[in-house]
Amino acid sequence: MASTEIVHAHAAPQGFIRKYIFSLDHKIIGLQYYFLALIAVFLGMGLSLLMRIHLIWPTASLPIFGDIKPETYLMFVTMHGTIMVFFVLTTAPQGGFGNYFLPIQIGAPDMAFPTLNMLSFWTTFVAFVVLIAAFFVGAPLHGWTGYAPLSAVPSSGPGEGLGADLWITSIALFCAASLMGALNFITTTLDMRAKGMSMMRMPLTCWAWFITAILGLLAFGVLAAGGILLLMDRNLGTSFFVPGGLNFTGQTSFPPGGFSPSTDLVKHNGGSPLLWQHLFWFFGHPEVYIAIVPGMGVASQLLSTFSRKPIFGYRAMVYAMLAIGILGFVVWGHHMFMSGMSPYSAFAFSIMTMAIGVPSAIKTFNWIGTIYKGRVRFHTPMLFAIGFVSLFVSGGLSGPFLAQPVLDIPLHDTAYVPGHFHLIMGVAAIFGIFAATYYWFPKMFGHMMNETLGRWHFFITLVGTYSIFMPMHYLGMAGQPRRYSQLTEVAYLHPLIPLNRFITYAAIVTIAGQFIFLFNLFWSMAKGKKAADNPWEATTLEWTTATPPPHDNFGGRTPVVNHGPYEYSVPGAPRDYIMQNDPATAPVH
Amino acid sequence: MGLALLAIIWLITFFSTYFFVAKTWWLPVGASAAAPWIDHQFALTYVLMGIVFVAAQGSLGLFVWQYRDRGSASQVHYSHGNTTLEVLWTVLTGVLFIGLNLMGSSVWASERFEPAGPGAVQVEASGLQFAWYFRYPGADGKYGRTKPELVDASAGGEAAVGLDTGDAASKDDVVSGTMYLPVNREADLALRAQDVIHSLFIPAMRFKQDAVPGLIIHMHFKPVQTGDYEIACAELCGLGHYKMHGMLKVVSQEEFDKWLASKEAEKQ
Repeated sequence: MASTEIVHAHAAPQGFIRKYIFSLDHKIIGLQYYFLALIAVFLGMGLSLLMRIHLIWPTASLPIFGDIKPETYLMFVTMHGTIMVFFVLTTAPQGGFGNYFLPIQIGAPDMAFPTLNMLSFWTTFVAFVVLIAAFFVGAPLHGWTGYAPLSAVPSSGPGEGLGADLWITSIALFCAASLMGALNFITTTLDMRAKGMSMMRMPLTCWAWFITAILGLLAFGVLAAGGILLLMDRNLGTSFFVPGGLNFTGQTSFPPGGFSPSTDLVKHNGGSPLLWQHLFWFFGHPEVYIAIVPGMGVASQLLSTFSRKPIFGYRAMVYAMLAIGILGFVVWGHHMFMSGMSPYSAFAFSIMTMAIGVPSAIKTFNWIGTIYKGRVRFHTPMLFAIGFVSLFVSGGLSGPFLAQPVLDIPLHDTAYVPGHFHLIMGVAAIFGIFAATYYWFPKMFGHMMNETLGRWHFFITLVGTYSIFMPMHYLGMAGQPRRYSQLTEVAYLHPLIPLNRFITYAAIVTIAGQFIFLFNLFWSMAKGKKAADNPWEATTLEWTTATPPPHDNFGGRTPVVNHGPYEYSVPGAPRDYIMQNDPATAPVH
Repeated sequence: MGLALLAIIWLITFFSTYFFVAKTWWLPVGASAAAPWIDHQFALTYVLMGIVFVAAQGSLGLFVWQYRDRGSASQVHYSHGNTTLEVLWTVLTGVLFIGLNLMGSSVWASERFEPAGPGAVQVEASGLQFAWYFRYPGADGKYGRTKPELVDASAGGEAAVGLDTGDAASKDDVVSGTMYLPVNREADLALRAQDVIHSLFIPAMRFKQDAVPGLIIHMHFKPVQTGDYEIACAELCGLGHYKMHGMLKVVSQEEFDKWLASKEAEKQ
């Protein structure tokens, strides 16, 4: 525990800049990540609104952007996906809440490497600025997956010049930042736990952040390599992803002729477009678990706390997350069933993908088992945790369709796919973030969030997101391809326009509902009811310290842990919960 | 609050399931030999997943209401779980998911493991920004040479795929913007892409395959119903992606022969 003392040695900073801007304190860094994600999520959400509006009113002129050209729509597609996946779903649950609460929940005074932590945030911030800069030079149209050669050759369309270079640079920076963060999380979890905090006494949130960090460590390096190779293909004349003999003059015959590619043949030879897909999805599939696993941890924590009952099957939950983490690395090929990859390997990837459904199902059973015969308290964080389970089930069960290559023939790259992944890694993960926000807000800001506004926010968001994403499954079955900027050109899509209209209306209402949350967040910081140190009567270590926690988290005291994380309603105990650091007289598990 | 949650979760479950059961929106009518098999596997998956969906959402809604905090009337059952149950549902979901997968794999194998049989119609599908072109090798059964530097997309037809008219094998090649196929005969497609990745998607044929630059991918299907079927592009290929569509006309063998002969005659 030598490292603990070194961290203790740095005193609380006094100046504004060292305290709030270039802070070494994991709590401030966590908040910085959180607010970066908050800005990003409203931006990404705004882009999705513009897309939905353009899709059903293709001739309408929009504010700021004017008439929407097809390439503008695709720019929205790319930026929405990139912002949401990297700067929201990766940033908020791990960088935000993980940073703030991992050290406190394991009884540590800070992260293992505070300077690295600061560097990791500021690199993420620069990555975000570089990405936003792409808007001003024309953002790429190749989607967040950036399939080559579309992403590799500037001639392939507007935005594929400097915009695409900025996009790749941003992702490479983000990878570097995530690698630093992952190292820090892993080291902190392994080295900085308080006395008595064995691995199997860690809250499931800590397990989730730990496993997510391992996934990040293994996945982001591969994406970084892929991104660097792509940059080289674009700027240094290499040919990793671009085969020979490409001719991009097809676009010249495309009305209204807004883009004239170079008529020269592309001077590349011997590259493989599928290589990019393999590298990208080797990162991309673990990435969906990077987004959702912290949410699983939060859901477990909250379902137990608010059901006043120990989590059902703690060990099974840990093993299931580990299994998801491991299997998550051998399923990437299920994104490529239609890519021209060997049909035999499709068979293998498919089996592994179905297998990953098993630990996911175990988690679901255990969540429902936790509620069963509990005493459920409906505070807003609990509502979002219950919503998380519902969305996880819905999004999870559309997976086994896509996981079967033979069903992927009709469904691949249709609206079914965004329907599926938005429910499970988009909305479910966002519900995890909301649940965490409502749950930890009192600890972070010393005030309670407003419950009435919280309930309105919950019901609007739950019904709204289901109304948006469930119909996308129907559209996909009917054959509506994704990433179409208009539905006017293909006759069989015309009957689907009314359902698309419904989705847009639902999106407008749902997005409006998010301003209730935004208002609640900032209003409660100033005017919310004063929070007690342990308002939810929870058991984990963050609730044993002051609100908000002092610079070294425990005010000079070092917590000693005597109990598992979810000791609720223990028979014979004086109250219905036993704090982790309570004396060891009560029954120990 | 418990009752409101129960109602909302059950209503969401009801409406989601209703539109699946009522088939308000569904797969388009299938017109290929494989369509019934694929649709059968789809229906089977849908029924099994539907049962799990209703059971999971139903019990989630029920339990949050039934076990709501009722003050001193609520008795919490203190338990850390049940290993027998864990093993049971692990095995059950394992059998369900893997079994489902294995049941569908024979259809996949018949679609993709074996090449097209002898006597299949040869068609080359070329994707370029933003159109599909279909080439038939003619009487010699050989596709003529193509060269990227000869591509002239605005001219359409042979020039759009860069056909080298100097090659003897190209003399009888027919290039069409519409895909013609004879009914009840297998089609052996060779997919090519000239610039970026495209994906040939014919919903009624339950056919989809990416066309990848640098690769020639062979894929087959057998139309069993005459008629006109729309072709879409299913892989983001640039700003005109939404416009990249085509037509498949499935006709009788006689009509097909007549059409091919007339296209050959046009060439002369």
